[in-house]
Amino acid sequence: MEWMTKIDAPGKTYLMQGNEAVVRGAVEAGIHFAASYPGSPSSQILGILGNIAKERGFYAEWSANETVALEACLGASFANARSICIVKQNGLLVVGDALHCGALSGVKGGLVVVTSDDPSSHSSTNEFDSRHMAISASVPLLEPSSLQESKDIIPYAFELSEQLGQIVIVRITTRICHGRGGVKLGELPKAQRPFRHIGEWERMVCINWRHEYMLEQLDRARALAEDNPFNHYSGPAGAETLIITGGTGRLYTQEALTSLDLTGKVGVLTLASLWPLPERLLAEHLRPCKRLLVIEEVDPFIERNIAALCGKLRLDIEIAGREAGIVLPRVRELTPDVVKRAVAAFCHTTLPDARRHVEQAIELPERELTFCAGCPHRATFFLLKRALKMDELPGVVIGDIGCYTMAGQRAGQYGYHFINCMGSGVNSAEGLGQLTAYGFKQTVLTMAGDSTFFHSSLPGLVNAQYHNANMLFIILDNSATAMTGFQPHPGTGLTAMGDQVPPLSIQKIVEAIGCSVTVADPFEVEETTELVNKLLHQTGMKVLILRQPCATLAAKSAVRKKVWVDPDICRGEDCGCGKFCSRVWNCPGNSWDFEHNKAKIDEVVCVGCGVCAKLCPAGAIKVEGGEQ
Amino acid sequence: MSKRLSHDPLNIVVCGIGGQGNILASELLGSSMVEGGYIVAIGETYGASQRGGSVMSHIRISQQTELGVLISQGEAHVIIGFEPLESLRMAREYGSGQTKVIYDPRPVYPLSVLIGEDSYPTIEQIDAELRQLCDGVFPVAAADIAAQAGSSKAANIALMGALTALDIVPMQRKDFETALRQRFKGELLELNQKAYEMGYNAVVKQL
Repeated sequence: MEWMTKIDAPGKTYLMQGNEAVVRGAVEAGIHFAASYPGSPSSQILGILGNIAKERGFYAEWSANETVALEACLGASFANARSICIVKQNGLLVVGDALHCGALSGVKGGLVVVTSDDPSSHSSTNEFDSRHMAISASVPLLEPSSLQESKDIIPYAFELSEQLGQIVIVRITTRICHGRGGVKLGELPKAQRPFRHIGEWERMVCINWRHEYMLEQLDRARALAEDNPFNHYSGPAGAETLIITGGTGRLYTQEALTSLDLTGKVGVLTLASLWPLPERLLAEHLRPCKRLLVIEEVDPFIERNIAALCGKLRLDIEIAGREAGIVLPRVRELTPDVVKRAVAAFCHTTLPDARRHVEQAIELPERELTFCAGCPHRATFFLLKRALKMDELPGVVIGDIGCYTMAGQRAGQYGYHFINCMGSGVNSAEGLGQLTAYGFKQTVLTMAGDSTFFHSSLPGLVNAQYHNANMLFIILDNSATAMTGFQPHPGTGLTAMGDQVPPLSIQKIVEAIGCSVTVADPFEVEETTELVNKLLHQTGMKVLILRQPCATLAAKSAVRKKVWVDPDICRGEDCGCGKFCSRVWNCPGNSWDFEHNKAKIDEVVCVGCGVCAKLCPAGAIKVEGGEQ
Repeated sequence: MSKRLSHDPLNIVVCGIGGQGNILASELLGSSMVEGGYIVAIGETYGASQRGGSVMSHIRISQQTELGVLISQGEAHVIIGFEPLESLRMAREYGSGQTKVIYDPRPVYPLSVLIGEDSYPTIEQIDAELRQLCDGVFPVAAADIAAQAGSSKAANIALMGALTALDIVPMQRKDFETALRQRFKGELLELNQKAYEMGYNAVVKQL
């Protein structure tokens, strides 16, 4: 809850979400500047920072993309401002160039990049591990191992950043971001530090003569890592059996040892300085060690670097971890059970299991993801499939990143063939579209949401238009960054700090580039199907904007229309429609009355868009006030 | 001085489907526990909650030690289910002989069931298996109760009422009522108080 992030009550403990704890840490650090692009699991951080920015006297923005955000932070740092940039794992990859160049130039005011990884990809297409980027860019990376530390580590990271004149990355993971726990508040600064005048000979330049200096800063960071207060050791001195962990692994390990009755028998070293590693501290624990288990989220990052250190120290230690995939799986997130099994196997003991099992367990259907009730994307992908099937040789669909990524599943009629990273759709479609001049016979279409359009489709659009690719680019304009929680973007007319500003028109931008652009409504299923097919067969680069606001966002403001099934008209399974509404259309609002064998509207879920009423072949679905 | 916990850590699983309000329920419960001086950890799994996916919260309460945010298999003391199928799924994973289950028997059909690819088990089947897996199973028609109180959205509060009636959580009725007053005002407060009371009584009747 937002108020906890700004309340002046040092020493008091509140239940906070990990994301809120990071916000609180940033406020306690006296930040001047915050920038981010939404990405789960850390989208809430800038959302809250934006809400409290005016009151706390700093600036916060939802930048058009992550590179913009980090480069803006670098600019602010030049005036000695403390700035924080928040990204998810993909966002950190997006900022790769800015990060490496920023590391080479160094920073003035503290600059902390918070990156949230999503092990098990709860809300991502991947579980990339951010930590590798720290090695590549030669910057320090820290990881908190509890919710309390998620707050405390932020001011520490700012201090470190200023001590070194270097960017510092703080890595958190979904279980921290979306976890809650008691967090004891620290002091709030009375006022932010004033900015510094930038003198004529002051420099922040990315230039290779600084390379050696950058590495010396990394050596200093290595020395400082020895005294990082967030590194912990518990267990016997000189332990022969050692566990090294970081992040969520610490509390899981602690609990595993308790339940296996191994507390005090195994050494546990938790590292918060993950790059560069505190080599002296590690050597002290590795020298007496004979067997080592490394427990970490996703890649064997600590494990490989410790293996390298063991080589350097000429130590012969048996190492188990993610790499071999024997005691710990090579993929997916850590859970208390995964860690318990690993510790049990490593310590040659057995794991108790209190669960009961029934002889003949009933089969439980899985709950697959779908678009929300009334979502315009459901109509879009339904009509796209229809439009493609009008051709003997149906076209190829290139997907992109947003809510509509779910179109790859049943929810979107398994709607695309290809997907890569955010903003890539228009580019990959351009590539495929160019082949049509060389004998490739299918039509090509791709899509991007309005937020993705501003994030990274623009250069691709310019490129595709300039090279006149044979393709259709559909902009799914639902007036929201819906996937991550409705953050404003340049098309919405709102800023992170709540200011109303003139929105940028996607249509005008596309027209200014010189593209032929058509606007249509995905809820007009029949007309728009015809239109899509027609556009697919026009040569050259075409843009279609499908405009219909996000149903979840619209449902918050509008009074919903009542939708119901007339049981006298619905013929149930005998209709011949094959239960179109619930089986094909697939909206969560379209349920089924199994008792009477008739279609049914789930009133709790339905948002009243009325599209199913237009599609029901029997006309059995009715909308309050008649069909729209 | 805080009341001693029946188990330390005390582990509660709250499960359902996106939009049913279980995150708010765990937040209310967690905040009151922190205010009462307990160490609390809550893990929320809601990657695609708005999109019909399962949502689950793990609430852990201790007087001794900092905890990870997830509960281990077979270690739940209470499972609160907003939906029968999800309740059984969680009972298989986290239930044992020491687990009490409070669940709303109103099914929300997964897509595969609506499509006709899978069949939804009967409530009798689900209830029977819940009783084999756990000791102490309390069906509470929370959504219906909440609708009677004024809005089906208050199902979460009805289930919180049911939870306090079990007397496992060191949270008295008055603590929860304070939490409600902090959160809601006017008509909404009244509605939630009513839902809470009805949920509470629904379990008391079964004890």
